[in-house]
Amino acid sequence: MALLEFQNVSKVYNNVTKALQDVTFSIEEGEFVSIIGPSGAGKSTLMRCANRLVDASQGAIFFDGQDVTKMGKKDLRKVRTKTGMIFQHYNLVERLSVVENVLHGLLGKKSTLSGMIGQYTEAEKAEAFRIIQEMGLTEQAYKRCDELSGGQKQRVGIARAIMQKPRLILCDEPIASLDPKSSKVIMDHLKQINREKKITCLVNLHQVDVAIRYSERIIGVAGGRIVYDGPSGQLTEAIIHEIYQSGAHDLIMDKLG
Amino acid sequence: MEKTTDIFRRRKLTYTAVFLIFLTIFAGTSLITEFSLADGAASFPAAAAWIAENLIPDQEAMERLPRILERLLETALLSVAVTVVAAVCAFFFSLLGSNIPHIHGLVKRLVRIVAAFFRNVPDVVWAMLLMFSFGQNILTGFFALFFTTFGLLTRAFIETVDEVSASCVEALEATGANFIELVFQGIIPSALSGITTWVLYMIETNIRSSTLIGMLTATGIGYLFDLYYKRLDFSSASLVILSIVVLVLVIETASNRIRKVVLS
Ligand SMILES: Nc1ncnc2c1ncn2[C@@H]1O[C@H](COP(=O)(O)OP(=O)(O)OP(=O)(O)O)[C@@H](O)[C@H]1O
Ligand SMILES: [Mg+2]
Repeated sequence: MALLEFQNVSKVYNNVTKALQDVTFSIEEGEFVSIIGPSGAGKSTLMRCANRLVDASQGAIFFDGQDVTKMGKKDLRKVRTKTGMIFQHYNLVERLSVVENVLHGLLGKKSTLSGMIGQYTEAEKAEAFRIIQEMGLTEQAYKRCDELSGGQKQRVGIARAIMQKPRLILCDEPIASLDPKSSKVIMDHLKQINREKKITCLVNLHQVDVAIRYSERIIGVAGGRIVYDGPSGQLTEAIIHEIYQSGAHDLIMDKLG
Repeated sequence: MEKTTDIFRRRKLTYTAVFLIFLTIFAGTSLITEFSLADGAASFPAAAAWIAENLIPDQEAMERLPRILERLLETALLSVAVTVVAAVCAFFFSLLGSNIPHIHGLVKRLVRIVAAFFRNVPDVVWAMLLMFSFGQNILTGFFALFFTTFGLLTRAFIETVDEVSASCVEALEATGANFIELVFQGIIPSALSGITTWVLYMIETNIRSSTLIGMLTATGIGYLFDLYYKRLDFSSASLVILSIVVLVLVIETASNRIRKVVLS
């Protein structure tokens, strides 16, 4: 059974903007899938429909066999604890320390009272520090997040997601604000999580070469529709131009490679 | 192409219009109120001479200092208490008026209207209204200040919350955090420095306002000022004013310190 399945999903914002149109695909447990497509294609919308930060207008979305679109609050909360999310702008609570931000990954499972006052067990704290070490942030553990570099912030974002012990991680342009070196570190971490922890990864990317290098499968989105869904090896230049609706020499990568 | 030039032209027109409107308003109001900058400046020297003659605190006034300080402390404490209580209420109220999820659009609009109502009635007017129910009592001053502070801080906090919550709300929602966890783990830590700045500013403002209200309600330092002023004991009255100035300066210095600690 697929871990995540979209069936004929459409999303219309404010009754005008058609962000997604009849999107259907499914992702098996353990896959590493990249989504590529031009700005405004609907990549972020697609991702947010999966954990219902955005409500789909039509269609069904199954996570682990259950329809997310018809869920009540309680079940939705459970789904969200099993899906981590990583953002382009990191979306940390900048004024709190690294370790506090990492522990936020547990909020979905906490009782309201202990979540509210931020009370965690010793075992939970130890786990947080272990993950922080894994991310190479031990020295920064007690620093406030607004003192960190972009690459470090994104590693905190990953740590927070891992803390959830998720089955799926949704990454919305995780490297779009980073330099090439930090980008590689982040992508390597994601790949490692995917391989070693068997966490399924769905990653929005703007860099086609990165998508090809890191993922086995690529979904190309244009104008709210899926225009390509297949192995990254079979992604030809013609298909890339179709996804980006561009001419032969319009893309930066054309000139490089 | 047409569209962009249109936008630039419209913007230029707007700026010109705004400038002309301001100029008209200034000229118009000056005419109506018969205010003239030149006359205002001309009356300055006479006023300065009067101040030098009557407003320097003398020996007699200094003997009243302990009593003045006592009332001053009362006023200061009232202002701090009012501001803090109003800030706590305003914060939770402002959440209902902010753009964070789970809040119905109707509630949002209602909160904004209520806040606008409370802050647009001046505190002195509140005091005059409340005098009917509480009489010349410290409670009158308390509630008069509370209402305006509450209205003003609600408005300010809505903006603070909207500003800081955009990034962390989505992330915490995605972890499965509920509304209360979102507020206490995400919004409060992010908004704390903005909130502190506003609260400290309101404490300063409220010390000034409560002096004025004290004149109406016969409480605090305002009462003393009113008393000396009506007895034509100008040197004692000016000592009251000087002491208020010193207090405001002290509070300002203290709040700058606090701000630095909270912000860093
Ligand atoms: N909250 C919203 N309200 C209204 N329209 C929206 C909203 N979010 C996105 N849209 C619109 O939906 C369409 C798809 O946006 P989306 O953010 O999903 O694109 P994207 O592929 O992630 O783009 P980018 O690569 O620039 O991040 C766009 O036309 C956008 O303007
Ligand atoms: Mg996007």
